[in-house]
Amino acid sequence: MQGLKKALVFAFFVATLVVLVIGFQKAMVAPVDAQQGEIYRAIYYHVPNAIWALCFGYVNLIGALGVLYFRSRDPLKAAAWDALAIAGAEVTVVYCTVCLVTGSLWGRVAWGIWWTWDERLTTTLLLWLLYVSYLLLRRFSPPGQTSTLASVLSVFAAVDIPIVYFSIRWFRTQHPAPVFGGGDGSGMDKSMYPAFLWNLTAWFLWGCFVMGLRYISARRERQAELEVVL
Amino acid sequence: MNYLRTVWLHLEKELRLEFRSRDALMGMLFFTLLVVVVFSLAFDPTSQPTLARQIAGGLLWVGLLFASTTALNQSWSREMRNGVLDAQRMSPSPPSALFLGKALANFLFVTIVEVVLAPIFFIFFNLHILGQASMLLALLPLGTWAIVVNGTFFAALGLRARSRELLLPLILFPIALPALLAMISAATGILTGETEPQSGLRILGIYDTVYTTVSLLLFETILSAE
Repeated sequence: MQGLKKALVFAFFVATLVVLVIGFQKAMVAPVDAQQGEIYRAIYYHVPNAIWALCFGYVNLIGALGVLYFRSRDPLKAAAWDALAIAGAEVTVVYCTVCLVTGSLWGRVAWGIWWTWDERLTTTLLLWLLYVSYLLLRRFSPPGQTSTLASVLSVFAAVDIPIVYFSIRWFRTQHPAPVFGGGDGSGMDKSMYPAFLWNLTAWFLWGCFVMGLRYISARRERQAELEVVL
Repeated sequence: MNYLRTVWLHLEKELRLEFRSRDALMGMLFFTLLVVVVFSLAFDPTSQPTLARQIAGGLLWVGLLFASTTALNQSWSREMRNGVLDAQRMSPSPPSALFLGKALANFLFVTIVEVVLAPIFFIFFNLHILGQASMLLALLPLGTWAIVVNGTFFAALGLRARSRELLLPLILFPIALPALLAMISAATGILTGETEPQSGLRILGIYDTVYTTVSLLLFETILSAE
C-alpha cells in the first residue's frame, strides 16, 4: 500500500515535469509578439503564476474554514485541515513572489519602469503581504492556539482581496492612468493559446505537487504535536 | 435589548478606567503630535502649500494609525491582569458585546485625539480646505472606525502571542491597507478640491460594514481559542 502510494506520487511528479518541459518548449517556439518582441514570452510564466496564486489563496481559506468547523468537534481532522491551510498559504507566497518578480522584469522592458501602482500590481502585492503576515502570525502565536488564530486571520485576508481589487479599480476610474497592455490574455492571438494553456496546466500541476508534499509533512507535524498532548 | 445593555456596561467600564488613568489618551495624543512635528520638519510644508495639501491627508492617517496601534495593545493587556479575561470567557454574556464595548471606547479615544490635534495639524501644515469641508464630518468617523474595529480585533488575537507589540502592526497594516487608501484619497480630495471624496467614502462604508460583521462573528472564536 505504502509502495503503491509512493509510485503514484512519483508518477505524478514525472507527469508534472513532462508537462513543464512541453510548456517550456511551446513557449519558446510560439510566434513572436508583433509589438513587444521576444520579451512577451514572460506571459507564459507570469500569468499562470498570478492566476494560481489567487486560487491557492482560496485553498488556504478552505483549510481555515475546515479548522474553524472541526476545532471543537474533532481535533485530528482540524489538524489535517490546518495542514492544508499551511500548504496553501506557503504555495501562495511562492507563486506570488514569482509573479511579482517576472512581472517586474517584464515591466522594466515593456514599460521602462520596474513598478507602477496599477490595480493588478497593487492587488498582487497585497496578496503577498497578507499571506506573509499569515505565516508570521503562525510563527509568533502561542503553541496551542496557532491554528485557530491563523484561521481567523485567513478569513480576514480572503475578504480583503476582493475589496482591494475593487477599491483600486474605482480609484483608477476616477483618475485615469495610462492603461498598459498585456496581462489577462484577452487579446491573445490564437497561435499563442497552446503554449499558454500548456504552461497554465504545468504550473497548476507543479503547485498541486508541492502543496501535496507540504500538506503531508505539515499534517504529520501537527498530528505528532497532538499525540504528545493527548 | 439585553445585548445593548451589556455593550453599554463594557463601554462604561472602559471609559471609567481610561478617565481615571488617561494613559492611552495621553500616549496617543503626544505620539500623534510628535509624528506631525517630525513630518512638518522633514517637508517644510509652510513654504510649499500645494505640496502640503497633497500629502497632509496621508500623513494625518498614517500618524493616527501608528498612534492607535500603541494604544490598542494596552486596552487588552489590562484584561490579562488578575485573570479578568478568563472571567469574561466564563461569563454568560455574549463575547461580541465585550468586543463591541471595547471597540466603541477605543473609537471615542481616537476621536478625541483627532478633535484635539486637527487644529494643530492645520496650523503646522498651513492648510486651507479647497474642497467640501463638511465631508470631513463623514470621513473622520468612518476612517477612525475602520482603524479601530480591526485594530481592537487583532490586538485581542495577538494577546497571548510572543512579542505582541510587534505582531499587531504586522497583521493590522496589510488588512487595513484598502481602508487607508480610501481614507487618504478622500482626505486629499477634500483638501485639494480636485477630486470628489465620495468614492473613497463609499469604499470606507463598505469596508467598515464588512469588517464589523466579520469581527463580531469571529470574536468568540479567538476569545475561546485554546
